[in-house]
Amino acid sequence: MVSRGSYYFLVAFLFVLGIGLMCYRHFAFEVPWFPGTMRSVWSVEARVEFDPAENEPVTVKLTVPGTQDGYTVLSESSASPDYGFSFKKSRGQKIAVWTTRSASEHQVLYYKMNVLEDPNATVSSQIPVPRTDTSIVESDANLKILNNIIQNAREKSADAISFTQELVQILNTSDQETALLKKNGNRSRLIVKMLDIADVPARVVRGLQLKDKRRRQSLIEYVEVYQDGKPELINPDTGEAGNPKDFLLWEYSSQPLLELKGGSHSAVYFSMIENHVSVKTAIQSKFAHTELLNFSVDSLPIEEQSMFKQILLLPIGVLIVVFLRIIVGIKTSGTFMPVLIAMAFAQTSLGVGLIGFLTIVSIGLIIRFYLARLNLLLVARISTVIIVVIGIISCLAVVTYKMGLADGMKLTFFPMIIISWTIERLSIIWEEEGSHEVVVQGLGSLFTAIIAYLAMNSLFIQHVTFNFLGLQLVILAGILLMGNYTGYRLTELKRFKPVADEIELMSEKKSSDDADEGSGADSADRK
Amino acid sequence: MWQFLKNYTSPRKLAAIGIMGMNQRNCLYISRYNPRNLYPLVDNKLLTKKIAQKSGVTVPKLIGFIRHQYEVRNFETLVKSRASFCIKPAHGSGGKGILVIVDSHDGSYIKPNGDALSVSDIERHITNILAGLFSLGGKPDIVLIEELIHFDNVFENYTYEGVPDTRVILLKGYPVMCMMRLSTAASDGKANLHQGAVGVGIDVRTGRAVRAVQYGRPIENHPDTGNKLLDLKVPQWIKVLTLASSCYEMSGLGYIGCDIVLDKDKGPMLLELNARPGLAIQIANAAGLLPRLRKVERLVESDVRMTPAERVEWSRKEFGVYESDD
Repeated sequence: MVSRGSYYFLVAFLFVLGIGLMCYRHFAFEVPWFPGTMRSVWSVEARVEFDPAENEPVTVKLTVPGTQDGYTVLSESSASPDYGFSFKKSRGQKIAVWTTRSASEHQVLYYKMNVLEDPNATVSSQIPVPRTDTSIVESDANLKILNNIIQNAREKSADAISFTQELVQILNTSDQETALLKKNGNRSRLIVKMLDIADVPARVVRGLQLKDKRRRQSLIEYVEVYQDGKPELINPDTGEAGNPKDFLLWEYSSQPLLELKGGSHSAVYFSMIENHVSVKTAIQSKFAHTELLNFSVDSLPIEEQSMFKQILLLPIGVLIVVFLRIIVGIKTSGTFMPVLIAMAFAQTSLGVGLIGFLTIVSIGLIIRFYLARLNLLLVARISTVIIVVIGIISCLAVVTYKMGLADGMKLTFFPMIIISWTIERLSIIWEEEGSHEVVVQGLGSLFTAIIAYLAMNSLFIQHVTFNFLGLQLVILAGILLMGNYTGYRLTELKRFKPVADEIELMSEKKSSDDADEGSGADSADRK
Repeated sequence: MWQFLKNYTSPRKLAAIGIMGMNQRNCLYISRYNPRNLYPLVDNKLLTKKIAQKSGVTVPKLIGFIRHQYEVRNFETLVKSRASFCIKPAHGSGGKGILVIVDSHDGSYIKPNGDALSVSDIERHITNILAGLFSLGGKPDIVLIEELIHFDNVFENYTYEGVPDTRVILLKGYPVMCMMRLSTAASDGKANLHQGAVGVGIDVRTGRAVRAVQYGRPIENHPDTGNKLLDLKVPQWIKVLTLASSCYEMSGLGYIGCDIVLDKDKGPMLLELNARPGLAIQIANAAGLLPRLRKVERLVESDVRMTPAERVEWSRKEFGVYESDD
């Protein structure tokens, strides 16, 4: 006998390992605990237009975004024939490069990417902190105004962010000075210029407001301020800090968005479409390259998957049978027959399955009673029952199909050998222990099968078993634990209820008798 | 809802009075005290008989056995001219497949309830046994033909058709609890309590009836014969217990139920051993097995070695309900 200690260690080990594997799947691969959550995948298209110069090689460089806070880049591609296409990296950002020897007429290049809205995404590559360029020399008049504003804002602010926000506020007040400044063009650049003068690292970044089915969109500028080495976006118009909603940063490394050599009149427009995909699909594409670590059913071919999923659900059914037999104490005919019936229910749907099962078993029992009188050997008799069961199922399937009920065809999913054994066993129980026991065991089996079916058919349980193989270890630990349960079964509480009450009554009587003993002499006489 | 709950008692209460549950029996007693390799000794009644004869335990006499289908025809020559006999499967359990013939003449065999069977009826029964209809897991079986037990007259009025037997639960050879099972019309002459047989709790010290139950409810009189069940007293009680107790040495199994019958002429005889004795005995006795089992376990732990007679003496002292015999 194995010692208790190693048993509990094994159970605890399996449990912890199982939970650990599940958590690993959840946290490392973002598999959600619950099914049905959807995520957005944005298909974004950048359309680059330009007029090439005559007989000159053309190079087009488009800065493109990478994975960033809130968004994971799933795939990128370019649909531009006649062009060489490559990527290079500059200052931590990807640059798409199109090249061709020569081009004529108006040219259109497409860059397409799929981006997953992903709360767990983090910046893929570090962007260098912008250096403050203090050598800016503006015309004296402007510099003075700028210095004034900076001075003003600095007094009212505590850190880089509030300083920037204060700058935005001041620019928003309409007096002569700011009006003059604003006239000189780009607001974000103006703010960044002031930040530069104030020696606060900052840059203008450009991003895309994601909205479904938008075309010919342009990028929106934001101010990115670094505070304690961390970037923070600030809306140059409102001064609002923080990442705006549905905002994909496109260019964020102080580089030009588009560089064109050998052409003119260039422009970039963006269009986008939102797709909702299940988390599973999203994760699959996100972790497509890490299959070795991503050990799950999904890495199998589709055909094998469905088979495998059935197998993975079996332990759930088995767990329920173990629970109902050991803890509840339900009698079933055949230990794991209910699980197999439940799996058949999963194919047929519950109603059809139940009616089918009851019909098959009752007809089978009637025929089995006739067979009992034929005095056959056991193996031959069971074989006969099997063929009879196949006959019944085929008849039912054909008849219901002719009646226009396509569901009847699914009865063929019933495990015929198991049903035959069930019929055989039930009929023996009937002969030996009477119809009452048949009903008890038959209903017990059906009840167990229905519970197992409901569990195995629940979307949540299916989701968890398919996606977290660690669950199997937890189930194993649970079954091992129940294997050591020595408490009463629920049905025993009922079975022993009368005798327990009686014993209690007897002991109460006895103790009251004992108490009476002192004065009990005459009362005994009276009896 | 509350009405429904009224049918259930609390596990704490059951534990307090020491009622043993199925899981507890399987886990703490059967799997702890009964080595798996010894199961065939009790599951196969032919083997039980052999080891019983070797160690001098009285068993019903074996007329013959049938192992193969082609031997079925020899059945008549086996029983020869015997008027009464009993056919049972070697691997049967719970009285399944036992056919009792009380009388026979001119090729017709009479069951205890008066039904007449033809030779082919009996041959079919034997065929069924051989095919494994009554054995655990449907394995091929052996048919035993035994001499019929002529049970003691004392029990005449306490049974309907069947043979009343005494079930003794033994732990390490110490008799722990006893009961008699009396067949009734409701149980169709079978001795299974859940089919309606009467269970009579028997005092370990004296062999007298403690109380009687049918379908788990206390009753006073036998439902068919009307005899007062509390008057029941098993004769040769110490002999019965000693015979049961010696089954421990014989089988090597620590936790068993011995079914013992009293033959008019030959005294107590071992009918069969059961390595998974049921829990209904607690209902028949209105007592929990656990306190008694724990007492024996404590004794065994102190490494006391006793002969069957000494063990019976110890158990009678410890587990009596009535004061000793008048």
